Amino acid sequence: MAFKNEGDQKAYWNENLSLLFKLLIVWFVVSFGAGILFVEQLNQIQFFGFKLGFWFAQQGAIYVFVALIFIYMKLMNDMDKKYGVEEE
Amino acid sequence: MDVQTLTFIIVGASFLLYIGIAIWARAGTTNDFYVAGGGVPPVMNGMATAADWMSAASFISMAGLISFMGYDGAVYLLGWTGGYVLLALCLAPYLRKFGKFTVPDFIGDRYYSQTARTVAVLCAIFVCFTYVAGQMRGVGVVFSRFLEVDIVTGVVIGMFIVFFYTVLGGMKGITYTQVAQYCVLIFAYLVPAVFISMMVTGHILPQTGFGATLVDGSGVYLLEKLDGLSTELGFNQYTDGSKSMIDVFCITFALMVGTAGLPHVIVRFFTVPKVRDARKSAGYALAFIAILYTTAPSLAAFARVNMIETINGPQATGTSYAEAPSWIKNWEKTGLITHTDKNGDGKMFYSGDERNEMKIDRDIMVLANPEIANLPAWVIALVAAGGVAAALSTSAGLLLVVSTSISHDLLKKTLTPDISDKAELMSARVAAAVAIAIAGYFGINPPGFVGQVVAFAFGLAASSFFPAIIMGIFSKRMNDKGAVAGMISGIVFTAAYIVYFKFVNPAANVPANWFLGISPEGIGTIGMVVNFAVAFAVFKMTDEAPKEIQDLVESIRFPKGSGEASAH
Repeated sequence: MAFKNEGDQKAYWNENLSLLFKLLIVWFVVSFGAGILFVEQLNQIQFFGFKLGFWFAQQGAIYVFVALIFIYMKLMNDMDKKYGVEEE
Repeated sequence: MDVQTLTFIIVGASFLLYIGIAIWARAGTTNDFYVAGGGVPPVMNGMATAADWMSAASFISMAGLISFMGYDGAVYLLGWTGGYVLLALCLAPYLRKFGKFTVPDFIGDRYYSQTARTVAVLCAIFVCFTYVAGQMRGVGVVFSRFLEVDIVTGVVIGMFIVFFYTVLGGMKGITYTQVAQYCVLIFAYLVPAVFISMMVTGHILPQTGFGATLVDGSGVYLLEKLDGLSTELGFNQYTDGSKSMIDVFCITFALMVGTAGLPHVIVRFFTVPKVRDARKSAGYALAFIAILYTTAPSLAAFARVNMIETINGPQATGTSYAEAPSWIKNWEKTGLITHTDKNGDGKMFYSGDERNEMKIDRDIMVLANPEIANLPAWVIALVAAGGVAAALSTSAGLLLVVSTSISHDLLKKTLTPDISDKAELMSARVAAAVAIAIAGYFGINPPGFVGQVVAFAFGLAASSFFPAIIMGIFSKRMNDKGAVAGMISGIVFTAAYIVYFKFVNPAANVPANWFLGISPEGIGTIGMVVNFAVAFAVFKMTDEAPKEIQDLVESIRFPKGSGEASAH
């Protein structure tokens, strides 16, 4: 058993799921939300030479995707240490 | 030097590089062959994954597609990048901890079922072959246009190179070659993009040039200009697109989930030493991919403006066909551009209405772009080398999955379990060689449906692998019956829908007939929902997974104690 006790194991998994959930909400909002569902509303806003919705669909969401993975990596590595389940 | 000599030199030099790397990174064991000994550093693995992922379609066709689709092109941009977020957060670290060689391995072991394993193997082989035939074709096109050898010779040269480093080096050879191929292809993509961005907007970065004003001093933004041109010529506004919202949503979703379920992408995360590295390398992979994917839409917009202005002329009245630039003549020879002088004025005119006199294939935009913009010959040669690198790297990754599926999942795990490591390695090599020969055959004699079956690859991966793996990790009580029923119903639903609209009754393939207005490209999203629904329904009616499987699932949920990927 890698965890100190079963409670820790549950807590670790729940914390992991809640982090996942939050990051996936951002993932959904920038791509499906800003780039597709609300693209027309956002297109009313000018962002440099772009309509904002169009920018999210063809540029912005991709930058956020990259950032999300690195944020996840950082937070998960910290969480592994906190629960003592990181790799040697 | 002329373009052709330069192309020979640059493409030839890149081939020597790949072969040199293959000899240096030979595989000695099945572990080397399948997962590169599990010892690839995350940055390199990220580059290799990016090269593996970015196919001839990404390199050659995507910007062209976007250039013709405008806003709708976002389905590819979002769909083929967003899947990495799912991979990194929901799949890669857990599959790495699980520590097996292949996706069917995970499905077979997690669902303690040979049926599940066999279904997964068949899907994997089908998905990979669909893909690889298109890649070989891409190699053929690049060769025939730039080296002016015929397509058959082009494909045979491509086959020989891939054969050499796949059969010799396995995953180890492929990984290190792909690192080199990534560098070649990204450099080849960026150089013309930067040149053109500078010419059109004065910005070095195509990503900012995309949203900048034109250099002609008019103060008009590039995209405004493009929207204006599009409307004048009878196209939809570039920034609006023409697909329905639900279709854009579903296609994007199917491509994302399909990406996260594609076996040749997933297997990449078995090659890193640790769970931590799997997370990190997914991040690097997407960052490397994003460099191309954020450049592509910019390139698409520049290319469209350039193309329209070159053909229609500054007054938008058309330009003389007799004095057409050489790129139009060159591509006419390949049949990918045609001009019919409808009004008999001796001029070319391009538009979206009855005035149109040009037929321009979308696939030529990236390859023709440097010529349209009058860039130096070495840039054109470089683009050819990049296109070949993209096609070769993806083919090699796919062929490896095919050979692994046959030697490992089918022979070792199903038919002849007591095969020795050496014999298994030998059969993997033979399988790779046979797979290359078959892929080459399809490259030379492409079945008419290559373009159409791509929807299949993503749809099937989205409706079969993705839900099965997700439930395998996040629902520890999910059982074999639920998973198998889910995979089969997801695949059958998706395949039936695509087959009906693409092959049985293509005439009916219009939005009015589609289920909820979702095209065959996007139906994988519904297939995925069907898979989840059926799996949970069957699961509720049957016994939950046995205790030891539930413990196994518990154990892949945290990184500690991950070993090397292994067969047992």
